[in-house]
Amino acid sequence: MSSTLQLFRQTFKRDLTLAFRRKSELVNPLIFFLIVASLFPIGVSPEPNFLSQLAPGLVWVAALLATLLSMETLFKSDYEDGSLEQLLLSPQPVFLVVLSKVLAHWLLSGLALTIVAPLLGVMLFLPSEGMPGLMLSLLLGTPTLSLIGAIGAALTVGLRRGGVLISLLVLPLYIPVLIFGSSAVQAAVTGLPLDGYLALLGAMLALALALAPIAAGAALRISVSG
Amino acid sequence: MASSWLPRWFYQLASPRWCYSITGKLIPWFAATGGLLFLVGLIWGLAFAPSDYQQGNSFRIIYLHVPTAILAQSFYMMMAIAGAIGLIWKMKVADMVAKSVAPLGAALAVLALATGAIWGKPTWGSWWVWDARLTSMLVLLFLYLGVMALNSAIESETTAAKSTAVLALVGLVNIPIIKYSVEWWNTLHQPATFKLTEKPAMPAEMWIPLLVMVIALYLLFGLAMMLRLRNEILRRERRAGWVKELLGS
Repeated sequence: MSSTLQLFRQTFKRDLTLAFRRKSELVNPLIFFLIVASLFPIGVSPEPNFLSQLAPGLVWVAALLATLLSMETLFKSDYEDGSLEQLLLSPQPVFLVVLSKVLAHWLLSGLALTIVAPLLGVMLFLPSEGMPGLMLSLLLGTPTLSLIGAIGAALTVGLRRGGVLISLLVLPLYIPVLIFGSSAVQAAVTGLPLDGYLALLGAMLALALALAPIAAGAALRISVSG
Repeated sequence: MASSWLPRWFYQLASPRWCYSITGKLIPWFAATGGLLFLVGLIWGLAFAPSDYQQGNSFRIIYLHVPTAILAQSFYMMMAIAGAIGLIWKMKVADMVAKSVAPLGAALAVLALATGAIWGKPTWGSWWVWDARLTSMLVLLFLYLGVMALNSAIESETTAAKSTAVLALVGLVNIPIIKYSVEWWNTLHQPATFKLTEKPAMPAEMWIPLLVMVIALYLLFGLAMMLRLRNEILRRERRAGWVKELLGS
């Protein structure tokens, strides 16, 4: 039991250390998040009233794309240098490896996006009543995005050109999270209770937390053995 | 055998050769009954069923729209179940079934969307609305396309089969979530025509031809699936003795 927990902790620590050694890769999703969000006022309309109506959806779509973009690297370098194979050979359950890697990844992508999100909210004239809803929904929704994305990353890890493919596989599965996430922000803006939306986002997170690591683990075994 | 609680035909299905010969025997039956039912259902639905009191004759596209929509969903189920069987029992034929079903399912989803658009134009006044059921059918199409893209991206056939099976199963878990979330999000569509627990809301003269069409399309697309499966079996087993003998080389 203790060695199982140790594996979880070691993988987690290792992933964080590795991530902090490549700081530029760490901020890339955040920069992407900001750039995508600033494309909309330029491309659609800089009108504050118009933008404030679109803001909940726009921030959520930008967060979703930024998470997706960062997903590809989740297992890639470990696959290339062979350490993924070693992790899979260990007698501990694979889903724990996946879970610890996803957790480390989420702290640096999803959580970071959640913290930066109010800035985008201001840029897009999201009314200030919407900010708590935005942050809470991103806090509950982005881990689900990372968990589902891990399945796509695991399925495509052995492929040379996995980038576009992973978005094809994963984006349709992101739709429920997008719906309830942006609805939560919308509800917060209009002053409606948002606990129902948050409860649903939490339920999806619970489901993804229980099932996605297993699926991603199975997918990793298939990808590595193939 | 350790798990002999499974019927014998299940093990026989694992043999590509047996599968090839049994589908060869089934194909004429599927073709004959499917073709006959298709003609009966189509003519009955288009010419003899009463017209709708609100939508007039434009509702008659239901005789293609509903069957394709039902089939698109159940083919996804079939693909996922076949994939699961392939993963669990390492059955080659199940992998081949999953692979042959995917493009047919995608085609059915496209047909359902296209007939829905044609029906939507006179009824709702536009080709497309962001309605829950349209959106979930579109997502289903995306899921099919993802499965097909993954299958063609992986070179090794066994790895491709296993990976797509995992993806299909993940999609299967997600389909109900997607369905209910978009339904909550926005709905304009009429409710499902057939429910297991209730009688249809339309008169029998209308829904009986529809049921005939559903069965006919099941048979015809089952036929198409078997034809694709046979090709796949021959392609993958091309080095086997019986295939060489069969093809006379």
